Amino acid sequence: MSSKAALVLSAEEVPFPPGVDDFYLPDLLGGHGVWLTKFTLMVWLAVAILIVFFLVAYRNPKIVPTKMQWIAESIYGFNRDGIAKDMLGHEGVKFAPYLATLFCFIALTNIFAIVPLLQISPNSHFAFPVMLAAITYVLYWYWGFKAHGVWGYLKMNLFPPNVPWPMYLILTPIEFATIIILRPFTLSLRLFANMFAGHMMLLVFTLGGFVLLNAGGLLAPVSILSWLMAVALTIFEALICMLQAYVFVLLTTSYLQSSLAHEH
Amino acid sequence: MRFLAQPEPEATPNPILPHWEELVVGSIAFAILCFILMKFVFPKMEETFKARVDAIEGGIERAEKAQAEANQLLNQYKAQLAEARTEAARIRDEARADAEGIRQDVLARAREESDRIIAAGREALAGERQAIVRELRAEMGTLAVDLASKIVGESLADEARRKGTVERFLSELETARAS
Repeated sequence: MSSKAALVLSAEEVPFPPGVDDFYLPDLLGGHGVWLTKFTLMVWLAVAILIVFFLVAYRNPKIVPTKMQWIAESIYGFNRDGIAKDMLGHEGVKFAPYLATLFCFIALTNIFAIVPLLQISPNSHFAFPVMLAAITYVLYWYWGFKAHGVWGYLKMNLFPPNVPWPMYLILTPIEFATIIILRPFTLSLRLFANMFAGHMMLLVFTLGGFVLLNAGGLLAPVSILSWLMAVALTIFEALICMLQAYVFVLLTTSYLQSSLAHEH
Repeated sequence: MRFLAQPEPEATPNPILPHWEELVVGSIAFAILCFILMKFVFPKMEETFKARVDAIEGGIERAEKAQAEANQLLNQYKAQLAEARTEAARIRDEARADAEGIRQDVLARAREESDRIIAAGREALAGERQAIVRELRAEMGTLAVDLASKIVGESLADEARRKGTVERFLSELETARAS
């Protein structure tokens, strides 16, 4: 939050070290509500950008694509062929629209973390990754039940075949925990923690630079190093943003794969 | 969550507890996004992909068809050309044969004509000869009689006798020549 840091710089009182409070700003009306905050606004913004982009890019599709159409097709094709078809085979194509939507939404909301003025990802609030993981959760249970029946799906997961029976004493509770709670929890937590930590890192080095500068003396020049570090981490953060979007979609597909598979 | 009761404004929220309001907002926003993209954009992309595949496959098929058509046309032209060549050769041969025939005809007719003319000339000559012989024979008779009467000195007035004598003499003459 360099803007915030700049504001308080004159007061010579940089809030350091940054904490959890930095993720919970006052709402847009200056109160402490949750409905209309920077975070909800960014989610709406992401949705609006994606809808407008795809509708405009695909307003008038041609056999020989225009540049914008080509970009839109590439994003979809990456999820369709690179993830869905690759992992689920031909029947995976029917999941491609959802996976592509999921990827676009996570990627864009993640990248907000390094977009000037926004500079934080909505996914650093646990609610949004939880919401996305919940959809994945419902999806893989639903398709598991549909493919194998309720009992068949549970049996397949809780009692994997070709395992000596005493192993079930260990395996079954682990598998049970996995499909019931671990999968959605790790899925949402991974995304949330990455975005949360990424923002925290940027805060530490950006605000740290001001702290060092204000400290004066020999420490002041070190602030340059701190800010260089912030720049490097911003580039690193961009990589993390894309990677986490990819990982989320990949894991969702992987869970679907295990639900649809004939063998565990 | 900004906890269940009215929270203390200063209380630091637990980041691992999601705000239910954000769950609601996120769900609605994401649902709208899913609805629009999955209904209006990605199915259209699938259609375009399919149309593209069709266009490429159709293009190849059309090209193959055109190629086959061209080949067929070429073969047809070649066949027609060969046919025309043999036809021309045939016509040339025929013409040559015709010319030969006409030449032979003309020659034969000319030969016939010349033969006919020669024959006619011969005939005419023979007729004339006959006429001359007949004339000479009559004249010679008269002359001989005249000469004989002059020599003999007597007039052979008797017509019948005179005529018979001459005739007899001439006949004798002829038989003598013929024998």
